Amino acid sequence: MAIHEKHLIRPENLKTHDNLVIDGVDVSGHWSTFIETRVVTDYNEQLQEEIAALPGGEYIHRCWQCGSCTNACTVNAINPEFNPRYWIYLIRMGMESELLRDKEIIWQCVSCNKCTYACPRDVVPEGVMKATAHWLEMKEHTAPSNSTIFDEEFTRQVVQTGKIEDGRILMNFLKNSKQPLFQDWLVEMVKKMITNLPVKYLMGMGWATVFQPKTKRWGKARAAIEEHIAEEKAAERAALGLDAAE
Amino acid sequence: MPERKEKYKKVAYYHGCALEGTAQPYNTSTRAIAKKLDLELVDIENWNCCGAMEVKNVDPEIQTYLSSRVMSLAHNGMGQDVVMAPCNGCYHNLKKAEYDIANKEKSREVVEKISAKAEHPTYEAGQVETIHALDWIKFGYGEDELKEKIKGGLKGLKVANYYGCMYTRPRHIFPEKDQGGDSESTSKPHYMDDLLAIAGAENVEFPLKTACCGGAHTLSDSDTSTKLVLNILKAAEAAGADVIATECPTCHSGLEMHQIRALKRMSAETNVKIVYFTQLLGLALGLSARKVGIHENVSNAIPMLKAKKIA
Repeated sequence: MAIHEKHLIRPENLKTHDNLVIDGVDVSGHWSTFIETRVVTDYNEQLQEEIAALPGGEYIHRCWQCGSCTNACTVNAINPEFNPRYWIYLIRMGMESELLRDKEIIWQCVSCNKCTYACPRDVVPEGVMKATAHWLEMKEHTAPSNSTIFDEEFTRQVVQTGKIEDGRILMNFLKNSKQPLFQDWLVEMVKKMITNLPVKYLMGMGWATVFQPKTKRWGKARAAIEEHIAEEKAAERAALGLDAAE
Repeated sequence: MPERKEKYKKVAYYHGCALEGTAQPYNTSTRAIAKKLDLELVDIENWNCCGAMEVKNVDPEIQTYLSSRVMSLAHNGMGQDVVMAPCNGCYHNLKKAEYDIANKEKSREVVEKISAKAEHPTYEAGQVETIHALDWIKFGYGEDELKEKIKGGLKGLKVANYYGCMYTRPRHIFPEKDQGGDSESTSKPHYMDDLLAIAGAENVEFPLKTACCGGAHTLSDSDTSTKLVLNILKAAEAAGADVIATECPTCHSGLEMHQIRALKRMSAETNVKIVYFTQLLGLALGLSARKVGIHENVSNAIPMLKAKKIA
């Protein structure tokens, strides 16, 4: 069949002929493009179950592919490749290798929850995006994304002390994600802050960077939180069949 | 509503981490307004972070626990039944914790388990009502009273009211919204518009009220955030706004940071100013620019406000 909507087909699956004659009929030009014939045989039948076992992925089975999520999506509006509906479809079909083609962008979900707001089936697509991004990292299909590096540094501080401190988060994040501390726009931002802010705040902020703000008598909460997170992480890894050999 | 007026007159104040860091001016101006309007803010003692937008990505129930501890402090430690949070992140997370504790078995179990180990009373659904600074002023002081208190105010100032994501989404954690009458709308929020209109501002028709600024990835995916912020800044300018009024510290600092970044990295210049709604309201109430911390903002609105004889 001739293909009109070529942009919908992955380029490697398109076959174009400059001069083509079929059964004595010249079909060069408009009728000369075909889709590569193929049968998909590699499925990961566990894929939906694995995503559903991670926080946020619980309700993926409810999806009926209406596309409201992608239509509402903030990131899709600036990058059409970012397509929650399609990824949910692939996961439910078990088409892991297709999903992996987009593994470098799935983490870019900004958690604006427009999808969750629009979804008529209460799938919570925002949660599914997070679960999928985590699944990719747990299975080592991708390195931890900047988003994960940021989340982990932030959470580490909260769990440790009960509070966070902006400056320390920023510095540790840039270090952990291997980015330079002195980026032109950050320098400009800090310059403006220093020019405008009264000295007492600057001193206060400097003080906070050195002596971290802390919630008092936090030790027992911290221990209980750490224990809970360790249990959850172990259960998640077990659900994905990781560490099975140990 | 007189009932809420009584209830919100004295509230537990949960300002959270951002208002002690990058969002100092939001804190300064909120406290200045409370003083001016004779509303009492009682700080929650020995509070902790609500989990912001990050902790849920490591473990959602821990975020619920963190938020529940704050509400437990207000209820059990202070005997307060209203918590006021000006930060959209805090407000959103307390609301979400409230919903999850009321509706999800697992959330309840985890909160109970950790609260017991941390040796403080477990928060139970319904013990406090969490409100935003917008609810607090609109109903705690009252719109009619505000009208009487403000003369002239922000006359000549064109404002784009920007609410961001966490004030209205996801809908199910805000059961009081979309209820008709004077309830807030999740698709077209208007509480900030209402208050600033009373303050004399001219609110422009702004289509991106609840668009996302990319705040969750402001540092981890800066290019995306810059594009999203630039959309918002340009839409506000196209609508004729002098300022974007904000009610979320993440949005506010996101807009400020990426306005600079858009200029540095994309040579895209925008001049619309970014100001917390509490700062604008404070000015309208006759507080000085210094009292509401305008000079603490990165986005410098002072010359424009002076030219309009507002500051």
